[in-house]
Amino acid sequence: MKDFIIPDRDFGTPAAKSKAMVTLTIDGFDVTVPEGTSIMRAAAEIGISVPKLCATDSLDAFGSCRLCLVEIEGRNGTPASCTTPVAPGIKVHTQNAKLKQLRRGVMELYISDHPLDCLTCAANGDCELQDMAGAVGLRDVRYEAGENHFEVRNTSGEKNPNWLPKDDSNPYFAYDPAKCIVCSRCVRACEEIQGTFALTIEGRGFDSRVSFGAKTDTALTSDCVSCGACVQACPTGTLQEKSVIDIGTPDRSVITTCAYCGVGCSFKAEMRGDELVRMTPYKHGKANRGHSCVKGRFAYGYASHKDRILSPMIRDSINDPWQEVTWAEAMEFASNRMKGIIAKYGRHSVGVITSSRCTNEEAYLVQKLTRAVFQNNNTDTCARVCHSPTGYGLGQTFGTSAGTQDFDSVEQTDVVILIGANPTDGHPVFASRLKKRLRQGAKLIVIDPRRIDLVDNSAHIRAAQHLALTPGTNVAVVTALAHVIVTEGLFDEAFIRDRCDWDEFQDYAEFVSDPRHSPEATQFLTGVKADELRAAARLYAKGGNGAIYYGLGVTEHSQGSTTVIGIANLAMLTGNVGRPGVGVNPLRGQNNVQGSCDMGSFPHELPGYRHVKNDQVREVFESLWGVKIDNEPGLRIPNMLDAAVEGTFKGLYCQGEDILQSDPDTKHVAAGLAAMDCVIVHDLFLNETANYAHVFFPGSSFLEKDGTFTNAERRINRVRKVMAPRQGYADWEVTQMFAQAMGADWHYTHPSQIMDEIALLTPSFAGVSYERLEELGSVQWPCNEKAPEGTPLMHIDGFVRGKGKFIVTEYVATDEKTGPRFPLLLTTGRILSQYNVGAQTRRTENVVWHAEDVLEIHPHDAELRGVRDGQFVKLASRSGETSLRAKITDRVSPGVVYTTFHHPTTQANVITTDFSDWATNCPEYKVTAVQVSPSNGPTEWQEEYAAQAEASRRILAAE
Amino acid sequence: MTQTSTEIAARVGEILDAHEGVEGALLPILHAIQAAYGYVPRDALPIIAKRLNLTRAEVHGVMSFYHDFREDPAGKHVLKLCRAEACQAMGGDRVAQHAQNRLGIEWHETTKDGRITLEPVFCLGLCACAPAALVDGKVVGRVDEARLDAIIEGVR
Repeated sequence: MKDFIIPDRDFGTPAAKSKAMVTLTIDGFDVTVPEGTSIMRAAAEIGISVPKLCATDSLDAFGSCRLCLVEIEGRNGTPASCTTPVAPGIKVHTQNAKLKQLRRGVMELYISDHPLDCLTCAANGDCELQDMAGAVGLRDVRYEAGENHFEVRNTSGEKNPNWLPKDDSNPYFAYDPAKCIVCSRCVRACEEIQGTFALTIEGRGFDSRVSFGAKTDTALTSDCVSCGACVQACPTGTLQEKSVIDIGTPDRSVITTCAYCGVGCSFKAEMRGDELVRMTPYKHGKANRGHSCVKGRFAYGYASHKDRILSPMIRDSINDPWQEVTWAEAMEFASNRMKGIIAKYGRHSVGVITSSRCTNEEAYLVQKLTRAVFQNNNTDTCARVCHSPTGYGLGQTFGTSAGTQDFDSVEQTDVVILIGANPTDGHPVFASRLKKRLRQGAKLIVIDPRRIDLVDNSAHIRAAQHLALTPGTNVAVVTALAHVIVTEGLFDEAFIRDRCDWDEFQDYAEFVSDPRHSPEATQFLTGVKADELRAAARLYAKGGNGAIYYGLGVTEHSQGSTTVIGIANLAMLTGNVGRPGVGVNPLRGQNNVQGSCDMGSFPHELPGYRHVKNDQVREVFESLWGVKIDNEPGLRIPNMLDAAVEGTFKGLYCQGEDILQSDPDTKHVAAGLAAMDCVIVHDLFLNETANYAHVFFPGSSFLEKDGTFTNAERRINRVRKVMAPRQGYADWEVTQMFAQAMGADWHYTHPSQIMDEIALLTPSFAGVSYERLEELGSVQWPCNEKAPEGTPLMHIDGFVRGKGKFIVTEYVATDEKTGPRFPLLLTTGRILSQYNVGAQTRRTENVVWHAEDVLEIHPHDAELRGVRDGQFVKLASRSGETSLRAKITDRVSPGVVYTTFHHPTTQANVITTDFSDWATNCPEYKVTAVQVSPSNGPTEWQEEYAAQAEASRRILAAE
Repeated sequence: MTQTSTEIAARVGEILDAHEGVEGALLPILHAIQAAYGYVPRDALPIIAKRLNLTRAEVHGVMSFYHDFREDPAGKHVLKLCRAEACQAMGGDRVAQHAQNRLGIEWHETTKDGRITLEPVFCLGLCACAPAALVDGKVVGRVDEARLDAIIEGVR
């Protein structure tokens, strides 16, 4: 880790986990450390830095650079301090005449094959080789110029066959072999931390070189996923961020939280002035432990992209061009329109959508806007379309609408069931932590219609079972697993008797024991072979600590909530709740989707998941807010759109969500938006929803504001402002200005005041404050008097709701069925380099990995339809049609096709239907009956849509 | 003669099948492939990687570590001359120079007619009979210019 400029001590080797302590003496000082600690780390603990090059505390010791030699009294030789563990009573010397001479000799050899271009090197001032040359007092290199790796030509002008050109193929970092000292840190980082194994050392001896992939590969064509771990590990300028090459070294850093997925990685935003130089993963971040993925590490360029809108805009009708106005004019226009609508159609005719991309404080203010200012409960959030069934299902069974563990828990897991999630693409940093555990021997069961990378395409790991079910049959599979566990007597009776309601269990056991739930009976329906399902059930029930991780492949179904309940049942049946290494863990999609749900974004719940019908809860809010709160739940997103089409819902304030692209059945969404009189879009870009907006409030990026995000493990992480908002105001300030224009008496001057209000009103947040977060770094809710330091693991001694509740999970087939016209099932997902609707990642260099959405189709289905690889195909469902390129692959089963939804030109959601989860209305994105046929190019809809979008994005020239 | 990739996939697939379940199978597989082809075709590496659950980088790293694994076909005969200290002391340099002149090639090259590939090797354990050579896997001792000419004539 490069830490010269922004010190963050590198202890050289990872911390030992032993409880037994050992005392030794280093340079005359006594030090006591856990058994298994390296001498290097023990020395670092008392502030003694032994010179080193190949060691860093994110990687296991390697002992190759021979710079960290020490002497131990009574032992022969000069062992490497990184690979030598401490022993009781030994006396270590890190500096004496002999060691100095040895180190200088080693350093001299290194420098004899390294260019002396420090002044013009991008790593100047941020290079460990430079530091170590200084530390060992290297004053001269006695070796004459000879064979080397860094000169392009020798003195007589002949080309140096050992010289390799710089590899600039990756858009974010460069690999310059001339500067490499072959310490293997990058190779080890790729293996140990990221688990991709894209790098190797080729050749040996003097010919040893770092190689991306095989001989003919470049960084881009290799297996590299651009997570940045190698760049982070490199001690020299060999692997260097291009942004540092362009700008120079940073001079300060601010700890903040990534604004992409629900893992919630902590980063250091490294700055020079108010320019962001690079984002580097923060090693004390409790979610990511110093790791990152391509999105958080590199894909931040959208924040300064030219498409970003920096001035508020208004227009009378969506057919007009936009007109840039001042903030005051925009507020006046928007509030007048909203007031007019309320006067004419009543207070229930308007509503808000909060954003899972914005901070907790911002989501809180937006829902407060509708509850306290508009005086209705018409608030919803993007969680509606992703994890609302998680909230419902886990709330019903366990009593809290959130995952049970922290991410560290995976380090103690023995068997993982992964259902409907593809972490190597969707939650890459968690995937790396999972892969590390799997390489240590934990077993993996994948339940997914598609053969995801973790099944058999990740080096050194392989799933024990892959249950490739037919899309839409999750409940049948989960119930069949429970059938095996119950009928084969694999359940944990003691746990159930102690922690759950025994009568409910007996009802449930009777239900699942019915032979119609046996894997033999359901295999024809689910496509999962009975023996494989039985093997999976036995492994989970009896394989030690069993943890279930799941994603949107569980929730985005007409029976999403039922599957979540089924998953909770499995965990309770096997006693896998309430300790490290087990639990039920939803992998949440967006950075703050957990938080936006916690903040009362749903129409039926006030902050902290308390129902609006509850008089006592309402009273608490009413007394603080000084208003009357509606005791009827408001409208959900699909209800708002239905009501808009009917003419009873007229005004919407939509913050940081692109419902036109992300919500199902695009045509219906468009019709709903078009029917409204005032749509206010608050976003970084003119997104697709803005095509139907009358007011546009430019948003601020996560770099430009203070606040908090809550990740998938309920961890509240600070977001810190590293630069001023480019458009003038943080999003919470904009919401406040709008509320003030609507007549509200709000005067927050800092988000910490909003958090204080949340803490005051919400028992599970009672102990949360910015001071507490400064102190602890982050905290997992519930955080209150009972748990002042937060709650890493939930339900330890008992379920939050009291007794765990078993609920019967009857499988009901979705109404979305294949037939002669639409014989294939479409399921959707995402890819590593792109994020959600792509509004951000499409505006970064990440497009080199994924420039367009493609349709994965099985060779058998492709051949039947005469579809060739790379050819345009038309994808049609009952709802609509679109076209995109086909990719022929056996990762999908026959009868199933798959695509991503990152690009608005594809509009995959034209295809998806408006079927949704019975409990929460979460749309059934994961199952749509479709037909695929060869095509020449874009469909009529795509052309019309593109024309409308272009017309709608016109902005009048300033007068 | 290079093989088409489908032929390679089939043959490599058979070799991989034969090593199914062998622990630490990568080196035996590379040896078997080199025995089958005389070299390890580039197209074989991703197939090996996939089967062994490794990456192409790892297979490349192992293969490039061992100088005996070839990426390209050698000539019909391979002549290796020892370049280690004992052989150098006994005139190995002179013999090597003679071989290069006689064959008209540098180290690691193959004669234009494809008959002979010349390679250096470091110690054949035959120091007592230095300078030493290895001709198609057979060791030859006390190699002077005349014996070298005879060797070359013998394989031409």
